Amino acid sequence: MSRIHASGYYRVDYAQDLRLIQTRTQRGWLFAALAALATFPWLADAFLLDLANQVFLASIGALALMLLTGFAGQISLGHAGLLAAGAFTTGILFKELGASFWVTLPASAAVGALLGLVFGLPSLRLRGLYLAVSTLALHFIVAYLGGEYEVRRGFSTGIVVDPPQIGGWTLDSGREWYAVLLVACIATLLVCINLLRAKTGRAWQAIRDGEAVAEALGVGVPAYKLLAFVVSATMTSIAGCLFAYYRGFVSVEAFSLFLSIQYIAMVIVGGMGSLLGALLGAAFVVLFPYAIEAAMQWMPFAQRVSGMVFAVNYAAFGLVMIGFLVFEPQGLVGVWRRIQDWFLLWPFRQRPLAASR
Amino acid sequence: MQLAVNIVVLTAIYALISCGYVLVYRVSRVLNLAHGELMMLGAYGLLATASLFGGHPGLALAAAGGFALAVGVAVYWGLMLRMTGESVLAAVLCTIALGILLRGVVTLAWGAQQEYPLAELGWTNPSIHVGADARISAASLALVVLTALVYAGLFAFLRHTRWGIRMRAAGQNPLLAAQRGIRLHGVYALAWGLATFTGGLAGMLIALDSGLQATMVTIGLKAFPAALVGGLDSLVGALVGSLIVGAAEVLLIQYVDPLLSDVAPFFILLAMLVARPWGLFGTREEIDRV
Repeated sequence: MSRIHASGYYRVDYAQDLRLIQTRTQRGWLFAALAALATFPWLADAFLLDLANQVFLASIGALALMLLTGFAGQISLGHAGLLAAGAFTTGILFKELGASFWVTLPASAAVGALLGLVFGLPSLRLRGLYLAVSTLALHFIVAYLGGEYEVRRGFSTGIVVDPPQIGGWTLDSGREWYAVLLVACIATLLVCINLLRAKTGRAWQAIRDGEAVAEALGVGVPAYKLLAFVVSATMTSIAGCLFAYYRGFVSVEAFSLFLSIQYIAMVIVGGMGSLLGALLGAAFVVLFPYAIEAAMQWMPFAQRVSGMVFAVNYAAFGLVMIGFLVFEPQGLVGVWRRIQDWFLLWPFRQRPLAASR
Repeated sequence: MQLAVNIVVLTAIYALISCGYVLVYRVSRVLNLAHGELMMLGAYGLLATASLFGGHPGLALAAAGGFALAVGVAVYWGLMLRMTGESVLAAVLCTIALGILLRGVVTLAWGAQQEYPLAELGWTNPSIHVGADARISAASLALVVLTALVYAGLFAFLRHTRWGIRMRAAGQNPLLAAQRGIRLHGVYALAWGLATFTGGLAGMLIALDSGLQATMVTIGLKAFPAALVGGLDSLVGALVGSLIVGAAEVLLIQYVDPLLSDVAPFFILLAMLVARPWGLFGTREEIDRV
């Protein structure tokens, strides 16, 4: 987990080794970041707030997928199915029983955990490609069940969900959501960090790097694989529940295969095997279409294709994904690390050996 | 009777598409998840050539076929070649990204509305009586016949021609094949070309029958379970798998619930993955290595 520090910092006891924040510089940066995040809602307008909220929501899902794919090494093409499960649990409980937020959230988490178990079971027999395919199949099945519910109950356009009440406090403005989602996102991040530096995380990484070796070292491979799926699915379902409340609307169309691919893109673009990567990737993928839209307004030929923003988005998104896969497999985190190294080593330039890339 | 005809037609559609998955997987162990999009591109290629060669439908079809073949080879040389040595998963994700790119490009180039290449070619699509109480459209009949031809051609090609044997060798053991002097990249490119060609053919015929729209991609994706059920590296398997998936889909729609049509193949896929992950006719792969 820990990166090399510049110099002059040595850990001398175990308590120091266990600290989340190691150096004064890190604490300084952390406070600066928290202060920036805290002042943001007072400076930003509604549109920017919505963007930030979307990034937070996506971050939770991306962190969950990163745990599963980046750390435990189990590929999932059905992430949107899990999001849909959380959102539909929330929507259905709200519509049928008028359940409150404090009922729907744990219920979504429970459904997510159960589905995670189901999604995870094939991983005991299958790996690589076949596992990816089985999660893809499960995605379609969850989406089908959601669609079936919509049609049977006559909500063919979708389920409307009222804003939730938390302790007599109705969440209906961007700023309130910002606070809730920020807290949720930070909580998810902390859970991930702590899972990863404990036994569980080490077991997952051992499974990723070599299943047989992990087993020989005494890691209970099936149990930890299932645990990875359950943890990841639970987090994703919670994100789905928050998504349902945030949008105020649940519909199958929102959880297409493209959404799954977007989440995979977050993990790839961000950089496999890094939590920071998940956050960077989530921000990148969420903001990307808006950046494209903004860029298109400046281009001379934009008038001609202005009716097809979504097609331009698709094309550009595919290109970016290919670009990262081919030219920068380590993702944004790789770029970030190179910048860091450059500053650490400055003024000495070091040309990496061709073989060590 | 009509039910049987429907099953045969759907089986032919799936079979024609899924042999593309099999061809690529068999030689390079890459699952081409952009196959549905490549198929759509082939169909749009026909639309383009149809308006280009106004009064010559045969010429237009041939040109579109050549275009699809070229696209497949170009995809290999331009993109998949760069993924050599990367993990298989990275290559698969690359095909997914390619699919998204193609979807965007096709919509940009041709728009999102429904198109009818049949009318562009100046043909009609009469329905033909089969037996007492069943009918089949001419385009569907052509599709069934063509699927049979393609499969016969592929079997002959793989068994008897020099390039076909090379392709099988490359699929069985790339290292040994390369050492015997087989140009692997050439073989892979040919496999991609053929896969896209057959997929494009399927796309064209579906478009001739029922119009052309970007949603065609879903058919491509639904054909994938057929390939997997039969075994991803077996052509016979693709045929049998298509029959199973096609029959199940038609029967489920008829007797249970039309909404099931989009998921039925995936239910079968999941059942197959649980029971026999390598498929009915596939070779059992070495699954674990240290």
